[in-house]
Amino acid sequence: MSVPNTKNRTIGDAPRARPQTPSAKLPQFILDWAGLAPFFLFALAFLFIPSFSIFVRSFQANDGSFTLNNIVALFTQRDIINAYKTSLQISAITAVGGALFGFLLAQAVILGGLPRNLRTFLLTFSGVASNFAGVPLAFAFVATMGNAGLVTGWIEAIFDLDLRQMGFSIYRMTGLSIVYMYFQFPLMVLIMAPALDGLRREWREACENLGGSTLHYWRYVALPILLPSLLGTTILLFGNAFGAYATAYAFSGSFINLVTILIGAQIQGDVLYNPGLGNALALGMIVIMSITMLGYTIMQRRAARWVR
Amino acid sequence: MRDTSVFAPWATVRAFFQRLRPEEGRRKSNVWSWFIFILGMIYFFLPLYATFVFSLKMIKDRYTFEAYKVAFQDPNFFSHFGYSVLWAILTIVISLLLIVPTAYWVHWRTPRLRPVVEFITLMPFVVPAVVLTFGLIRAYGSPPIVLIGSPALLIAGYVTLSLPYMFRAVDTGLRSIDVRTLTEAALSLGAGWRVILTQVIFPNLRVAILSGVFLTFAIVMGEFTFASLLAWPAFGPYMEEIGAMRAYTPQALSVVSFLLTWGSIGLLQLVSRGAGQEQIAGAH
Repeated sequence: MSVPNTKNRTIGDAPRARPQTPSAKLPQFILDWAGLAPFFLFALAFLFIPSFSIFVRSFQANDGSFTLNNIVALFTQRDIINAYKTSLQISAITAVGGALFGFLLAQAVILGGLPRNLRTFLLTFSGVASNFAGVPLAFAFVATMGNAGLVTGWIEAIFDLDLRQMGFSIYRMTGLSIVYMYFQFPLMVLIMAPALDGLRREWREACENLGGSTLHYWRYVALPILLPSLLGTTILLFGNAFGAYATAYAFSGSFINLVTILIGAQIQGDVLYNPGLGNALALGMIVIMSITMLGYTIMQRRAARWVR
Repeated sequence: MRDTSVFAPWATVRAFFQRLRPEEGRRKSNVWSWFIFILGMIYFFLPLYATFVFSLKMIKDRYTFEAYKVAFQDPNFFSHFGYSVLWAILTIVISLLLIVPTAYWVHWRTPRLRPVVEFITLMPFVVPAVVLTFGLIRAYGSPPIVLIGSPALLIAGYVTLSLPYMFRAVDTGLRSIDVRTLTEAALSLGAGWRVILTQVIFPNLRVAILSGVFLTFAIVMGEFTFASLLAWPAFGPYMEEIGAMRAYTPQALSVVSFLLTWGSIGLLQLVSRGAGQEQIAGAH
């Protein structure tokens, strides 16, 4: 960034006096913003204009006139309602499941008295696992619980069954939920670890001195303190699953009807036969994700109260 | 004392258990912790193990690296992998050029605007990749501005994806140094802006920048959504295509991809050890 800030540059040996003249105030203000101009321009061009165009086109009929039909269709058209239902369900299930198990795991490793190097290992591995998603993750689970998968083979050998003949398919909601959990609970571990570290020993000791049991400590001290972080992270996990596309696409293909899959199909060809409806579909996602992030932010603020 | 002799055995027993209890309790919670930990490890490693074993089973009744041979013999593998490396490098360069000066400026000049900038970098969590692609195609697919034919949209998408990680990393790095003093010292020594950025700020941010770079690299290398929907060759869509065509090579590619992620994040952890950095999930 080559901002011509000649005001502060020393000319000669003597440094300029610090206090600036009042007349320098206005250019200063412009200069402050000018330094951020490239960033704001980028955000405008590649984040806000695309989002805004989705918003505007959601209210446009095919001939360009204003209409609310697309928004109405979101709540009336069967396959769209189903797509939203499936997406919301899978996000809720994996968010709650991932949060519970991730919390237990983080708690076990940080407060459970396990060797300290296990904790380092778990955190490093969580960093990798929460980023190991998309196509390779889908293949990994095909090899694990697909038709010729390792675990499928074990179950069939132990119980002498033919799962495929029983009409059992993992390429649906349950299976996809198990796959999503692979990046959900490591994220929970990563975010909960600092929060659990923030629980002070003094709090527990104070509770014990007052005659409280472990149960009392968790019920009246630790959980209330952790609750905002717990809820906030669960909300974050929800959004994390709701926006996922690659994993679901590579794992289930068109077997499962998620909102993201539907939007992807709409991009590749106008499957809804209505471009405006496609925009409304995307707008619905933005609205849900905005609510999610808002909830997360509020919870984070509350959680920050105890962090010092 | 004697008259309580009837209860003596009970008292002894109770005393015994009382002495034992703290330890007993700890052992119990320890067993529970181990149980949870092992359960978690099984869930972590079973799919990886299954993938690896699966990738070795291409030839019936034998364990061979045949699937890897087939995977690496495909000329398309290298070209698509190469494209992804190219996209990753372009993304990293542009992301750095965009984020480092911005974060620096925010710290040095406009701390007031920090929440605004941070909010914008978190936008990719509000607008998922598939929705952003949709918006980009709709906004730049028809006049007045057409960017569809050039990789600009792809790179822009990837840069957007990298914003949260890059900004977080650089922001944390800047917080640990005294930007104002360093800048004023450099200015008073007669340094220009380019010198300040490249020779004063940048060297102090090396670790922070590297961690952002590794994470961005890992994310772009496996990314599928943008590349696939914008129809550009990349490793992610290539893997998906192979997955639809072949049986054992996809798992071999999966192992390669996992090693790549593991390598990037491992390097990141190595570089940023003690920096207290934590990363939030990537592109799913």
